[in-house]
Amino acid sequence: MDLINRLEKEHMRTDITPFRPGDTVKVYVKIKEGDKERIQSFQGVVIRKKSGGLRSSFTIRKISYGVGVERIFPLHSPAIDRIEIVQRGRVRRARLYYLRKLTGKAARIKEKRLR
Amino acid sequence: MSIGLIGKKIGMTQVFSKEGQMIPVTVVEAGPCCVVQKKTPAKDGYSAVQISFGTKKIKKVTKPLQGHFKASGGKACAVLQEFRADDVEAYQVGQEIPLSIFNAGDKVRVSGINKGKGFAGVIKRWGFKGGTATHGSMFHRAPGSIGASADPSRVLKGKRMPGHLGSKKITVKNIEVVEVRTKENLLLLKGSLPGARNGVVTIYRQ
Repeated sequence: MDLINRLEKEHMRTDITPFRPGDTVKVYVKIKEGDKERIQSFQGVVIRKKSGGLRSSFTIRKISYGVGVERIFPLHSPAIDRIEIVQRGRVRRARLYYLRKLTGKAARIKEKRLR
Repeated sequence: MSIGLIGKKIGMTQVFSKEGQMIPVTVVEAGPCCVVQKKTPAKDGYSAVQISFGTKKIKKVTKPLQGHFKASGGKACAVLQEFRADDVEAYQVGQEIPLSIFNAGDKVRVSGINKGKGFAGVIKRWGFKGGTATHGSMFHRAPGSIGASADPSRVLKGKRMPGHLGSKKITVKNIEVVEVRTKENLLLLKGSLPGARNGVVTIYRQ
């Protein structure tokens, strides 16, 4: 098993800024179209972080034209160019599934004041 | 008919491709594999190369095998296997088969002994449907009727019945080589392979 852990470690990324559930982040994703590559951004609230070595992933939720959109990204994917933290949020749980039922003003998350 | 390697299944994991695609892989420790014996049509009636894998103390193997290993350098091994090869002359006894006979992107054939399931019923072994679990059903996992009556008044050959399942040699074709790590003797093969972890698998060139 040691060998497998070592192999996985080689593929892991260390350049990603740490973020937490409740944070609003902007993920820049590399998209390949034919032989051209461009970068698309996806901004929203992190509602879940799943840890599991190389298989770690996180889910981002945003409201797009009135429709809730959730996207799951593998944390160590080479397709992620970079992640920017827009706002740190103050939340009391690790999984923010309750946001799915809320809309508008109720779905806001208080900003975390860093001391 | 060509040469291959013998390896030990380490386990499964995932790696990312350059495009960002996640690929499930099985890690196989393939080597060091050495040539122990060459079989030629003149002497043995067919041409093949016998290859060793793993190590074992020479004292731990049987006397006939001790003699066999002595002829090829005196090192005993855990697994011996033959590969049919037409170009036997290209190999020398004692020579190590390099991992570089495989390249990333190649398609290979992999054989191994699959996991033993013991004595299995028809549902597990042959995929029979079985009966309803509830609603007063008195027929659950039994095989049901195994044939007609007076005609033919016997059970037809090949009737699917309960019995031993698994622990059988399975060959999987068209497995893609994802990565070759010559330094650590590791092969990363796409998808799953027959057998349990630490099981012996044989990798053939296709």
